[in-house]
Amino acid sequence: MSREVISLDSITFHYPGSEQQVLKNVSFSVREGEWVAIVGHNGSGKSTLAKLMNGLYFPKAGSIHIAGKKLEKDTVWETRKHIGMVFQNPDNQFVGTTVQDDVAFGLENHGVPHEDMVRRVHSALRQVKMDDFLNQEPHHLSGGQKQRVAMASVLALQPDIIILDEATSMLDPTGRQEVISLVRALKQEQEMTVLSITHDLEEAAKADRLIVMNQGEVYRTGTPEEIFELGDELVSLGLDLPFPIKMGNALKAQGVPVQGQHLTEEELVNELWTSHFKK
Amino acid sequence: MMEKMIFGRYIPADSIVHRMDPRAKLIFVFAFIAIIFLADNAWAYGIAAIYTLASIWMSGITVRFLISGLKPVMILIAFTFILQIFFAREGRVVLDLGFLTIYEEGIRQAFMISTRFLLLVFMTSLLTLTTTPISITDGLESLLNPLKKIKFPAHELALMMSIALRFIPTLMDETDKIMKAQMARGSDMSSGPLKDRIKAVVPLMIPLFVNAFKRAEDLATAMEVRGYRGGEGRTKYRLLNWHIRDTMALFTLIILAGILSWMRFWL
Repeated sequence: MSREVISLDSITFHYPGSEQQVLKNVSFSVREGEWVAIVGHNGSGKSTLAKLMNGLYFPKAGSIHIAGKKLEKDTVWETRKHIGMVFQNPDNQFVGTTVQDDVAFGLENHGVPHEDMVRRVHSALRQVKMDDFLNQEPHHLSGGQKQRVAMASVLALQPDIIILDEATSMLDPTGRQEVISLVRALKQEQEMTVLSITHDLEEAAKADRLIVMNQGEVYRTGTPEEIFELGDELVSLGLDLPFPIKMGNALKAQGVPVQGQHLTEEELVNELWTSHFKK
Repeated sequence: MMEKMIFGRYIPADSIVHRMDPRAKLIFVFAFIAIIFLADNAWAYGIAAIYTLASIWMSGITVRFLISGLKPVMILIAFTFILQIFFAREGRVVLDLGFLTIYEEGIRQAFMISTRFLLLVFMTSLLTLTTTPISITDGLESLLNPLKKIKFPAHELALMMSIALRFIPTLMDETDKIMKAQMARGSDMSSGPLKDRIKAVVPLMIPLFVNAFKRAEDLATAMEVRGYRGGEGRTKYRLLNWHIRDTMALFTLIILAGILSWMRFWL
């Protein structure tokens, strides 16, 4: 079994100046090379988790270990080198005036020598297929393209873990698809550990494992199949089921013999058009 | 109208002026502003004008393009010209119409001041037309670097400038969006008495400010996560290269300064 790169041990947290507990006794871990999705409705505490993992805030109780090191005020800059984050708003994380300046920003901060920097900027942009846009300014790019540049800025820093904090929620369907397939490709090619925080269950369905958050607590953990088995229980937590699952359930309700859960439309269609022969 | 305005705009091209080091261009323009004040007679202005035209010619930008792009400034120059003619009261009377007299000195002053103004506007426009804003920022940071010793925040200033430049189009878009949203709610911003129109700007400015602060906070987080901890220990992606042409350009400027001061003090 591969090693744990992120582990949270009974984390409790409330924001300064607020009494309300945002996180209550949250524990989980992520193994190297895994794609874990944290899902939950607004206010379930899932975005706060991302802020804690990056040392933007520190937990009131409990401990966080990133790549084997405890996250504390003294080690926070060291820890940040292991984690790359992509945030929700494509515009508000674009620091440079052009695509290449933006990717270079993180490298400049880490004091990477010039020649090395140029090489890494170009290779990172090639990986996200944005290498034709080197001198483009952000307002000429689509949301999906900007998020791909944000991914490139993360990749250029060569982190072990990528955290996507609602990274696709402000994108149109095409942009969302672009970003998700990029994450999947990166995970396969580079065995990157991915932690995606989302309320989009279609995105979450692509993960290896799901963590469902509710009211600041871990509600359930499991593979996407196991979690979607919950059906209406998820709906009552304020989450929407992916379309193929809903469709499958509706067909079952109509008496069509659909076996098990189907996470993608393709799986469902395959089941349906072969179902006649299986009888 | 706005499309034709070239004040502060960058026109991409590949001339020797475009390729110059931004530091050289900045020093050049500031030195030129000082040097032009050495000229005090028509001959000196003639030489300075030839020098300016030569610089423009080397940048591949046509004088006609400059003049049509700087129309509002031209009007201002014409206005100063007229003011000078009417209000200088020295020398021989050239024309006496009873209600106004035009003196020789007035005409001389008018020509000199408007030429000086024109040459300054041409040279400074040449800087912004041939240099990207980011290069100007880089050049400025590098020139101000020695001031770090007296705790001058050169890096922070340059970063602030580049972030401000990067966010101009974003905030313009946002203003447009908010304006449309408010118009859809029945707000009228383009008619009525001035007082009402000023009042109508408030529901535009407040959401804009709130969003700008939210953006600033997000951006600060994104920067911190990418390892930004101030200018200390940072390397630069964009390198500035000082070439022989940059030294040459400054050298020609020294010659110009020499000629102009010779004409002023010894002739």
